[in-house]
Amino acid sequence: MNKKVGYAIALLLALAAPFVGYPVFLMKLLCFSLFACAFNLLIGYTGLLSFGHAAFFGAAGYFTGNAIKNWGLPFELALLAGVAAGAFIGLVMGALAIRRQGIYFSMITLALAQMVYFGGLRFGDFTGGEDGLQGVPRGKLLGVVDLSSDLTLYYVVLAIFVFGFALIMRTVHSPFGQVLKAIKENEPRAISLGYDVDRFKLMAFVLSAALTGLAGATKTMVLGFETLTDVHWSMSGLVILMTLVGGMGTMVGPIIGAVIIIALENKLGDFGTFMALQTGIEWFNTLGEAVSMVTGLIFVACVLLFRRGIVGEILAYFGRRKPA
Amino acid sequence: MMMSQLLLGLVNGSFYAMLSLGLAVIFGLLNVINFSHGALYMMGAFLAWMGMAYLGLSYWVMLVLSPFIVGVLGVVIEKTMLRWLYKLDHLYGLLLTFGITLLIEGVFRSFYGVSGQPVDTPELLQGATDLGFMVMPNYRAWVVVASLLVCLVTWFVIEKTKLGAYLRAGTENPKLVEAFGINVPLMVTLTYGFGVALAAFAGVLAAPIIQVTPLMGSNLIIVVFAVVVIGGMGSIMGSILTGLGLGVIEGLTKVFYPEFSSTVVFLVMVIVLLLRPAGLFGKEK
Repeated sequence: MNKKVGYAIALLLALAAPFVGYPVFLMKLLCFSLFACAFNLLIGYTGLLSFGHAAFFGAAGYFTGNAIKNWGLPFELALLAGVAAGAFIGLVMGALAIRRQGIYFSMITLALAQMVYFGGLRFGDFTGGEDGLQGVPRGKLLGVVDLSSDLTLYYVVLAIFVFGFALIMRTVHSPFGQVLKAIKENEPRAISLGYDVDRFKLMAFVLSAALTGLAGATKTMVLGFETLTDVHWSMSGLVILMTLVGGMGTMVGPIIGAVIIIALENKLGDFGTFMALQTGIEWFNTLGEAVSMVTGLIFVACVLLFRRGIVGEILAYFGRRKPA
Repeated sequence: MMMSQLLLGLVNGSFYAMLSLGLAVIFGLLNVINFSHGALYMMGAFLAWMGMAYLGLSYWVMLVLSPFIVGVLGVVIEKTMLRWLYKLDHLYGLLLTFGITLLIEGVFRSFYGVSGQPVDTPELLQGATDLGFMVMPNYRAWVVVASLLVCLVTWFVIEKTKLGAYLRAGTENPKLVEAFGINVPLMVTLTYGFGVALAAFAGVLAAPIIQVTPLMGSNLIIVVFAVVVIGGMGSIMGSILTGLGLGVIEGLTKVFYPEFSSTVVFLVMVIVLLLRPAGLFGKEK
């Protein structure tokens, strides 16, 4: 009951947010939150560490961008094109990667995602190469509602996010999700119980890739461009960090992690400039460009000190106080 | 053209061999996939450049000093951070070293940006030798010879000496080895230090051939991961051979189908996964 109240309050806050904050930034937060939640479905509930999620995120962005800009598809179909691209690449990558276990799985996804990145560099007609795909129009929802207003688009993006989040929640709490958890906890036992573990892993992988595609497609729509940054391995690392900071295997953790990391990325440059002014040390000015230094530090701190993430630690704290 | 690309492939292959060898040795004893291998390779190259540019030290001094410094850093990383993760899932080791990678790269980027720093080829190895069928740049020959030598010595030490026997035993059953009075934690620390020193050595060798940039390591490490997936980490010789072989394949691709050369290693990985999922020299646990 408590949880439902919590979600209702969160939804109300999200509905009111664009009147307080900057809508485009809020939409970006929603897209990355969905991205992190989709990623969490794999790492948190199936125990698979994918190092290649940037491939789905970026490829979906390119497909959606091209669909709406060059192929003239309407908004909804363009989104679907992105989702389909994510799901298809996920199917191929997943089918290859689940042939190996554990740490090899992560390395394979990383290598295959790098192939997608090189593909993005190579097929410049499709991706715009180094310049990226620019000037993607937003189009109209169902052919009538004009989405060029940030406020209108915000509510559409919020609806997409709620849909994605609800789907993930439903999946996790379904019998299918229980099997995934069983695989995560003890794979040999799941096999001995007669589950076709590889098939379940692949389905989870494709679902995660499709939802990641949805997030990437929506993000392209919001920002109106798509660049190679989104397919680069550092993006795969970033989504891992978001999930890790918020709490792997918790429902809301990835959202909190995404908000923290994206806000940090956006504000770090300002903070550096401020520090440089205050202290007179020129070096602080470079902080905006060297975000990776700070994200790396957070990574190390998280892994060493609080592996459960923010939400995970809070849950653990309350769990200790009143043992069930 | 063909021969020179082949040599270039062999040069790349020896870097792959040295790096995947280090990864395999570390993984064997620590059960950690060292993502920061690429960053430490970059650091080795950068230290060489810094020593030569700021302190006026010679290439040969840096060839020893730079791996030593990186090795010491590796010991510190192992002692202060990696040590706490051995009992946990492997993925935390990967995540920690990934974080260390971002940290090291970020620090170098904040000071040197992304532009390349040139390192001069040492005088002794400048110029080229005409072999009749091809003109061979001396430095490239040196890189291949030096890295092969280092790889073979490593192989010999691990497979044929008493120290190597302890190491291999530690890989199989650390508790039992400890019961025989061997200081396993120390061995683990030194192994990590040695593994990353190897990466730094490769970095110094690479410095005069390529531009030294903060990002040179991370692009390489992903290819090396693919090499490791292809070869499997079970065998030392396997890592060396796979590394060299893939370098040569990459070199040949540059001749016949240049657009493909950056992805050919990944394609080979896909084929190997389809035909022999455990890897060429691997045994699935």
